[in-house]
Amino acid sequence: MKQLAYLLFGIFFGIVIYKTEVISWFRIQEMFRFQSFHMYGVLGVAVVSGALWVQLIKRLQLKSADGSKIDFSQKPFTKGHIIGGLMFGFGWAMTGACPGPLYALIGSGYLIVGLIILSALAGVFIYGVLKSRLPH
Amino acid sequence: MEFISQPWSWYVGGILIGLMVPLLLLYGNKQFGISSSMRHVCAAVLPTKIEFFNYNWREHQWNLLLVGGIVLGGFIGAKVIGHPESIAISESTRTDLSQLGITDFTGYIPREIFSIEGLLTLPGIMLMLVGGFLIGFGTRYANGCTSGHSITGMALLSWGSLVATISFMLGGIFITHLVLPLILK
Repeated sequence: MKQLAYLLFGIFFGIVIYKTEVISWFRIQEMFRFQSFHMYGVLGVAVVSGALWVQLIKRLQLKSADGSKIDFSQKPFTKGHIIGGLMFGFGWAMTGACPGPLYALIGSGYLIVGLIILSALAGVFIYGVLKSRLPH
Repeated sequence: MEFISQPWSWYVGGILIGLMVPLLLLYGNKQFGISSSMRHVCAAVLPTKIEFFNYNWREHQWNLLLVGGIVLGGFIGAKVIGHPESIAISESTRTDLSQLGITDFTGYIPREIFSIEGLLTLPGIMLMLVGGFLIGFGTRYANGCTSGHSITGMALLSWGSLVATISFMLGGIFITHLVLPLILK
């Protein structure tokens, strides 16, 4: 039962990214062409409000619902942040979507996006095969 | 209730998306991130000895439920709440994309490229298959995507996540301005 809440969080997030149009290929093109404030507004407010929430949780020393100490750990930096980051940026501009939007698009009826997800899974698999040979 | 079926503004969207960070931390001590779900899917469906997929994916069930919810959320947004047929993108973007041969501006994606028939064309192969592959490979190599790095990581004031986000943007700007004109024309 406890796990089911994650389904609800996902539904909430899926509705929000659909209704704010951030899953639209056209909106992503607008962003990378610097022709609208929309995407920058969404991402900017999300980051700032997310950071304020994190600060609030820290100041009030809130615990997680199960009583555990909140995990504020940061991902260790590697060269992959830059090389992989650029590769993901290429894919973001081509497909007009990042992973979250891919899932929401397929749910909203664009079944063709299933092909993009399958290609992405192939990319994940090939990364897994090559991982030890890539610079990190 | 009319306002709910209209597009939601950037500040409403930003605040609601930002809420995902504290919700997941306070509810289950989870850091919000989406792209790792694809690794868990590979680990679950491919019986393999490859180290990267050799872990107990069931411990990450919450992440798979989250993305299952996102699929449902997209469905509810489109079929229950509804949305105007066309997205009001800026006139200059419309002009630029028209010059690249895009004529259908209805819906969320350009249907003339993103279709089954598109698989037989260079734009379709590049934008769907190569683009998808780069998303999967790139997010694993960078250890996160827009949600994990640009939202959660930056909310945690992580320098590495800022570098990753700048890399995402540079990669996207490069493709949009220098490569798309070659593929689409």
